[in-house]
Amino acid sequence: MSRPTLAVWKFASCDGCQLTLLNCEDELTDLLRALDVAYFPEATRAASPGPFDISLVEGSITTPADAERIVEVRRLSRCLVTIGACATSGGIQALRNTADVDEYRRLVYPRPDLVAVLDRSTPIATHVTVDVELPGCPVDRHQLLEVIDALLHDRRPRLPTYGVCVECRRAEAACVLVSRGLACLGPVTRAGCGALCPRHGRGCYGCFGPQEAANPSALSDRLVAEGTPRRDVVHLFRTVTAGAEPFRREAARQEEARQEEADRS
Amino acid sequence: MGVRAYPVVLPVDGVQKLIDLLRGRGLPVVGPTPRDGVIVHAPITSLADLPTGTGDDQAPGRYRLRARGDGALFGYAVPASSWKHLFLPPREVLLGDGPATDPVPVALFGVRSCDLAALDLHDRALLRRPAVDVRYARRRQGTVVVAVTCTEPSAMCFCAGLRTGPEPSAGYDVRLTELTDGGHRFLAVPGTPLGEDLLAEAGWDPAAARDVEAAADAVRDAAGRMRRAPRLDGLREDLYGAADLPHWEQVGSRCLACAGCTLVCPTCFCTTVEDTSGVRGEDARRIRVWDSCFTAAFSYLHGGSVRESIASRYRQWITHKFATWTDQFGVLGCVGCGRCTTWCPAGIDLLAELAAVRGLSAPPGDRRVTDGTETG
Amino acid sequence: MTTQEVPAPSAADPSTDPMRPRPFRLLAHRFDTDDTVTVRLEPVDGVPLAFEAGQYTMIGMLGAGEVPISISGDPAVPDLLQHTIRDVGGVTHALVRARPGDLVGVRGPYGRGWSVMDGAGGDVVLVAGGIGLAPLRPALLEILAHRHRFGRVVVLYGARTPADILYADTLDSWRSDGVDVAEIVDYGPPGYRGRVGRVTTLVPRAGFDPANTLALVCGPEIMMRYAAAALADRGVPPGRIRLSLERNMKCGIGLCGHCQLRELFICTDGPVLPWSRVEALLRVKEV
Repeated sequence: MSRPTLAVWKFASCDGCQLTLLNCEDELTDLLRALDVAYFPEATRAASPGPFDISLVEGSITTPADAERIVEVRRLSRCLVTIGACATSGGIQALRNTADVDEYRRLVYPRPDLVAVLDRSTPIATHVTVDVELPGCPVDRHQLLEVIDALLHDRRPRLPTYGVCVECRRAEAACVLVSRGLACLGPVTRAGCGALCPRHGRGCYGCFGPQEAANPSALSDRLVAEGTPRRDVVHLFRTVTAGAEPFRREAARQEEARQEEADRS
Repeated sequence: MGVRAYPVVLPVDGVQKLIDLLRGRGLPVVGPTPRDGVIVHAPITSLADLPTGTGDDQAPGRYRLRARGDGALFGYAVPASSWKHLFLPPREVLLGDGPATDPVPVALFGVRSCDLAALDLHDRALLRRPAVDVRYARRRQGTVVVAVTCTEPSAMCFCAGLRTGPEPSAGYDVRLTELTDGGHRFLAVPGTPLGEDLLAEAGWDPAAARDVEAAADAVRDAAGRMRRAPRLDGLREDLYGAADLPHWEQVGSRCLACAGCTLVCPTCFCTTVEDTSGVRGEDARRIRVWDSCFTAAFSYLHGGSVRESIASRYRQWITHKFATWTDQFGVLGCVGCGRCTTWCPAGIDLLAELAAVRGLSAPPGDRRVTDGTETG
Repeated sequence: MTTQEVPAPSAADPSTDPMRPRPFRLLAHRFDTDDTVTVRLEPVDGVPLAFEAGQYTMIGMLGAGEVPISISGDPAVPDLLQHTIRDVGGVTHALVRARPGDLVGVRGPYGRGWSVMDGAGGDVVLVAGGIGLAPLRPALLEILAHRHRFGRVVVLYGARTPADILYADTLDSWRSDGVDVAEIVDYGPPGYRGRVGRVTTLVPRAGFDPANTLALVCGPEIMMRYAAAALADRGVPPGRIRLSLERNMKCGIGLCGHCQLRELFICTDGPVLPWSRVEALLRVKEV
């Protein structure tokens, strides 16, 4: 029986999620035994024309050319998996979605007319059907292996959708929000990283995007009541998963409230 | 030593001797210790490991340690974590390769009365059942308990009204009550023959009447400083009658569904089972992990979750603690430790919600509860 | 709570660990519909799995997981375990794909069953919706084994489409054994000559004596609520209407907490419960 073929694609991204795959050192031999890596420019010269059984897609869609290329990738892929915050919610580059891209273009580039770029950075699912979405910045190694394993065994991947607090409490880590008053997105962010930041005394940055029952307005109300400036709350929701709808909406709500407060004073 | 008449008095170094004696009997001693700005339970070997001279300030969604300016060993209220990590670990292998070590009995040092009551609730839920949780049973076997009377309750504590504290009444081998005025010392009572042996070997002094009075005063004083507990009469019926109240939506809008309350709760025992197969297939395992009624997967059936809204999950948790637990196990599922409120990142106050729900559900003319200050 | 008070654990020996499944070998595998199979299993250790009609097992495979599934076989033949499984999730998918010779893990049987013999001396009506016919099959087989002790035996069976009808050949053999079987489908293809509509609409006209009837109901929860209400309207005492409820279960033995329906642990207090006990509970939204 021939091995299922794997392709790894890059769109607008930093390559960190692809590196996570290459960092699976203990499992790489087994992965290569189970899979035929048919297209993976970051790792091999193999460049099969496809089709592919599994496509891992990193990055968001930010140019007209990429918007066309992703349709072709979908056509070539039996199963398409987005890996990381860029591919799943638009990435840090989705910060442009609330700004004026033309202005950036004029300020940054000597020949703005040569820069063909879309106004918005959008996740892959905005353009084509996605079979599995793997969040994270970068993705978690264990979750990536779980997805590949599930696809190899024709089963649904087991990816938690509950919040980071569950991982924090299971690890018996001190809650940085309650015990130190740090702004932490853990209560509204999807688990998967093993509560990496809170376990090291930092607030959660929300890399994995919103959890299944995310209630960001309740969290910002609480943070503001405890003295976090609204500006900081806006920034908290506007990082690598700024494009995820519940976070986008909450950042906009907080910005509006901030504006109202400024107008009043 | 003369005729054994309890209570007796242990000096501070007698408490160190207790730890040494337990360790000398081959028991790992687990007790309170400061870590990352909170107090947790971890292996200890000496009094130096305890949060000596440390107090805590607790409020809904807020916890801070502070220096007391004295040498009190137990001058704080309940630690951040309960004891359930020890007996019902957050993650354990049920099937497949995993650590196959046989658990050894442990000595719990400095157990608060509320947490002692919580241990009993877990025993009821996991041991005294038609089917026994054999893993929990093996870990619980031979547990030795050195309990302490809680003389410094936090602003979130309400064990007194639930009659689960502040003075441990059963379930300990040795009970200590810390006295700081007029010399730092401990009033000690054994609860078992093992406790008597330990105290004898640690070297006690006879207790004077003033020691006994000081301890009784400390207990009375602690109970008096606590929040009032929910009025127990009619509690179950009130909650059953409140199932359709709009108030659940109101608290649901503030709740983050982070599951934190259930995971810090010393009595919550829900777990789920997850299988992993691993890329190679041969390292398949079945693992049991802590779960929570605040997750969507908890009530998942083909087609979706039974409890889709956060409101219904909050109702489930509070109804289980204060109503259905009574039907299932004959006692309340709450011990009054206050952790769910202190550690709620949204600062939701369990007692205030309970009071609000009861105030709204009580029939007209029977408004027993209208605010968070019910009479106990 | 201290040493003396903790009962000695019954399981220093892992073979008495209730979370450890017994291996069963898959003997046969038959597709009942496009997405539903009936599997026959035998215990590898040869010890029969005696069960009461209406009980379930926790069944699965290491690496895939476990799910609660009602037993669909004959209680009089305990050395052959039968389950009818619909492919709706990860574990059921793995079970549906299993092939003869494969090993499957089974724990149980668990829960309270139908207690069919309570209906002796009167009529029995079985109301099934979709795959809900599977847990009722053992009950019907038990009734047929003691046919002379029952009055009229009625099966009212609703399926989504004619293609979703389970045990089609068996339904005919039940008819010849003196069971009054009526099928109805939600959607009939063009030219379909059978009954179309909700199974609950069959209740008012079915031939049984309400005051002296035991009713057993199994199907989607909303269907069971309507069916139970229709039976009660017809005059069947609420205590004699029994429903097989479904909730998420992870342990099957009342320890994991998942399957609570207010104060009930469906895994051990149920799955079969009388309408008189659960009617009010099932009215509450998202309970």
